[in-house]
Amino acid sequence: MMAFVRQVLVIMSKDLRAELRTKEAINASLSFALVVLLLFSFAFDPSEETTREISGGLLWIVFAFAGTLLLNRSFARELENDCLDALISAPISGAALFLGKALANYILVLAVELIALPLFGVFYNVRWTSQFWQLMMVIALATWGMTVTGTMFSALTVNIRLREVMLPILNFPILIPALLGAMQLTSALVAGKPITADNDAWLKMLIGFDVMYTAVSVVLVETVLVGG
Amino acid sequence: MNAVGVEGVWKFYGDYPALRNVELSAAPGACLALIGRNGAGKTTLLRTIAGFSRPGKGKITIFGNSPRDTETRRLMGFIGHGISVYDELSALENLTLFGKLYGLADPKKSALEWLERTGLERVKDGLVREFSRGMRQRLAVARAFLHGPKVLLLDEPFTALDDRAIAVLQRLLREALADGKTIVMSTHQLREALELATHVALLNRGQVAFHGPRTAEMVADPGWVYARYGEG
Repeated sequence: MMAFVRQVLVIMSKDLRAELRTKEAINASLSFALVVLLLFSFAFDPSEETTREISGGLLWIVFAFAGTLLLNRSFARELENDCLDALISAPISGAALFLGKALANYILVLAVELIALPLFGVFYNVRWTSQFWQLMMVIALATWGMTVTGTMFSALTVNIRLREVMLPILNFPILIPALLGAMQLTSALVAGKPITADNDAWLKMLIGFDVMYTAVSVVLVETVLVGG
Repeated sequence: MNAVGVEGVWKFYGDYPALRNVELSAAPGACLALIGRNGAGKTTLLRTIAGFSRPGKGKITIFGNSPRDTETRRLMGFIGHGISVYDELSALENLTLFGKLYGLADPKKSALEWLERTGLERVKDGLVREFSRGMRQRLAVARAFLHGPKVLLLDEPFTALDDRAIAVLQRLLREALADGKTIVMSTHQLREALELATHVALLNRGQVAFHGPRTAEMVADPGWVYARYGEG
């Protein structure tokens, strides 16, 4: 078990170190998130109540697309110099490889989201901190779901020439339940309403989504990486 | 027990059979040179032996076990067409990373030792993206040998190497053979390969056209196998 955890951490730190050296994907993702938030802030009047009502949806659409830019690089990075061959031939399980990559992606996507969130508050004149910890919990859960499915599809599409297009096409339909839950909860929390018995079904759904797709991905990743 | 066993292996790309009923073996300590024209199936066979893809039919074994077994992977070292090291990391970081993945007792010490053996100790902290092609190739060789594999699978190992890298690789391969390790290598550089090989297999359109010990005729005339068993 300790060896497994060590392998996960080795892969995670390798991916983070490689990304932080080049900053290719994180710069692209962050710039994209900021530009889209800025453009939408011109399109909608921040003083309108309806703007606040759609804020959860808007935020998660930005997070999903910005996150895709990071997730696309996850396995594509391994194609340069045929590094994927070296990882596949190393004596580590597909699950360790997958979880290491998913954790690195999770940290990077969360970083982009946490930078974009205060700017969202400024651009849309929204006080989003009134339910801060609950909002952080929803972001953490939904981002893990998005990262797990995104990392899995990044592995699945790594050898496809149009992988940048294929990843969102495959990933977003699967993500609909998680995004729907995250949007509903985020809208309520940004409006200052805590999670109650009325809407905690969305929270349970987010947890269920994370558990289910993490388990499925861990089981299937070896088959995905070592094709027939 | 054979170090490498290939039993009735077929590999299909769509409907096209890239490998057709391939039967090969390499005993411990043997050096098998896989030769054949472009598209004969050498790379496909090596990648299948390495466990990067599964055969459509048939069986691959490394010391009697599947190449996908975790413990079996610890026994194998692979050099493919790419160098399989990260441009964004330094030479030392790359080798330490793979040392950790292979569970070496002291990954950094092993990494430094192999950097010295491949003449890269002076640039150990340099990023790989700043390396010359020859230096990158020597680092790839160090990565493949780092964990002391018992079976070395080498796909065109001498291609695109500079003189120094060829000398380093030939020295390491000779040491590996003297140490009882098994080598399977595909190559077009017949002269270099036949100097090391104990056995030769000629692949022709995915089939084994010849498999047997290296003979004096082959060393004297590297084209002899092609002339006798190949397409001429």
